[in-house]
Amino acid sequence: MNFWVNVLTAGISNGTALLFATMGELLAERAGVLNLGVEGMMLMGAVTAYGAAAATGDPWLGLLVGMLAGGFLSLLHAFVVISLRADQVVSGLALTFLGTGLALVLGEGLASARGVPTLPTYSIPILDAIPFLGPVLFDNKSVLVFVGYLLIPALWFYIYRTRGGLHLRAVGEYPAAADSLGIDVYALRYFYVFCGGVLAGLAGGAITLSITPGWFSEFTTSGYGWIAIGLVIFAQWNPVRAAIGAYLFGSLRRFTLDMQGVQSVLGIANPFFYDRNLQFFLEMLPYALTIVVLIIGSRAAIRKRLGAPAALGLPYVRGERGML
Amino acid sequence: MTQSLSTHTPPKTRGLRLPFSVKLEPRLQTPKWLPWATTIGSVAIALFVTGLILVYVGGDPIASFRAIYMAAFGNLGVFSDTLVKATPLILTGLSCLLAFRMRLWNIGAEGQFYLGAWGATLIVENVLGKDASVWLFIPLMALSGFFFGAVWGFIPGILKARLNVNEIISTLMLNYIALLFVAYWVFGPWSERGFQLTPTFPRAAWLPRLADYASLFKPFSGLTVHLGFVFAVLACAAVWYLLTHTRFGYEIRLIGDNPNAAQYAGVNIAWMTVMVFMLAGGLAGLGGMSEVAGVVHRLQDRISPGYGFTAIIVAWLAKLNPWAVIPVAILFGGLLIGSREIQPSGLARMLQGILLFTLISSEVLNRYRIKIVRVGK
Repeated sequence: MNFWVNVLTAGISNGTALLFATMGELLAERAGVLNLGVEGMMLMGAVTAYGAAAATGDPWLGLLVGMLAGGFLSLLHAFVVISLRADQVVSGLALTFLGTGLALVLGEGLASARGVPTLPTYSIPILDAIPFLGPVLFDNKSVLVFVGYLLIPALWFYIYRTRGGLHLRAVGEYPAAADSLGIDVYALRYFYVFCGGVLAGLAGGAITLSITPGWFSEFTTSGYGWIAIGLVIFAQWNPVRAAIGAYLFGSLRRFTLDMQGVQSVLGIANPFFYDRNLQFFLEMLPYALTIVVLIIGSRAAIRKRLGAPAALGLPYVRGERGML
Repeated sequence: MTQSLSTHTPPKTRGLRLPFSVKLEPRLQTPKWLPWATTIGSVAIALFVTGLILVYVGGDPIASFRAIYMAAFGNLGVFSDTLVKATPLILTGLSCLLAFRMRLWNIGAEGQFYLGAWGATLIVENVLGKDASVWLFIPLMALSGFFFGAVWGFIPGILKARLNVNEIISTLMLNYIALLFVAYWVFGPWSERGFQLTPTFPRAAWLPRLADYASLFKPFSGLTVHLGFVFAVLACAAVWYLLTHTRFGYEIRLIGDNPNAAQYAGVNIAWMTVMVFMLAGGLAGLGGMSEVAGVVHRLQDRISPGYGFTAIIVAWLAKLNPWAVIPVAILFGGLLIGSREIQPSGLARMLQGILLFTLISSEVLNRYRIKIVRVGK
């Protein structure tokens, strides 16, 4: 029991960073722009947030700087793919290289920074006393965890129930039709790519300022940016499914750690406890499961004949034939 | 009827109004010299921007670039080291190139490289005895490296062909898995006395280096270039021949340029996807074999400083031309060698990112004519 409480508690925290990154990518892809640079934007957000917090002593200011850094990087991608109509895959990869490299350059010496303030944690009175759910969901959580809770229904409502969300989906599904209705396709795409960057920056800042405070060069984000992209496909571009996936993968990270400390599982001797080298196979789990999750997502897409926004990955050129 | 007229009213303009507007007009044909001019231009701009960032973080760009150049191309000895670094880049670059040519995004050359290195080590550790001959070791290691790289390419290939699983994510995830898989073997079954590496290979499993022939020809002494470089150049020739002179290569290019036309022409796209992914994996695997047999002479954790990722840029900078991969890989090998000499450590990766950006941005110049139009009053 205690084992699962620990795993899920950590899962909610880890999952919050993954949640922000996934939601950001989801928004950009809904608008028809694939941004593979999430890992780079997260690392930039992580390093600038941590650095700014270390320099000013204010974690909130740090977080803001991290968000802006992520947003700024994403604008580069937006310019290259929306205005210059370059290939979105290559540009996204370039963004990952650039973000990672720039973060390493800026983070030189940051690893040894001491006394960097972190974001506050809160407990929700009454709710935190509920057995099992209380400690997992409401007890002594980073403020960003609660922001994450609010973000899920808010995004769902925005995408499916508001005019803005309708425009967002239209731009990603059929930009020419959206354009003919007077929706500014280019401006909206810029805007949502920027939102995605800000959220990725927030995810990075959440890691360095709250979840696992500190800067550990490129290992800070441990591939979360890529998992986020996989999760968007698994979630079929639905924010609620994306959130479930994010928390699940967050839990998995802790599960692989805790499994090494348990002598037996359900009465069976735990091989991971007795052979330390098998830990590497445990550590493969998140990555292997990302592939499994992708397979599930792709099968669902084939079966239900829905899935990716129809114009995902395609540049929009007004008045050009053959363009969606 | 009257309602439809309202669509002719000009759209409201909001926000900033510039006195001119920029228009992109598609070019009907691109002059031959233009792609190379824009490539060189984008390299120059990338170096300039990197220099600016270096100044910002308090470095001296001129001195840094000079240090990189001297460390990579300053004399024959260091140039030979650069060629050693270029070898895995050529092979992984070809791996990416082949897949990209068919619009398959193989981001997994890194993992395929690791599996190739593992496959080569498998021969040394578990298949052949310590005193087997060179003529047995080298071909078997190369085959095994190619085979296990191809296995690692088969997975995303079949997932893409059968289940339409996004190959970018699957190849990336397989990179992480390959890294952990190799870590298991070097920490566990193959570990030398608990260290995170295998014992050194027997001499017969080393790819011969130029320095080995220094007794025959004096200037070879100290030159580290090994047989893997010859493999890499041969691989370039093979990929070039495959792409330009065979039906298989024609189908790759056809699918890459127009998948619908390929479908109508009866090309079996699913089968091609699996085959190309396996070939790409095999090439990267050969790179891994050449690295353990030619340079490290043992398997250890993290043998690649990201060759498989740099390979993406190498392939792109070479404009998906197999022969151009060689000079580009040598340039990037030099960058790898040179950037070891200078701080900060992320510089090489940052330069690669900026370069890729300027490169794809410059391609707009090849495809479109840029017109600046004055906006009338």
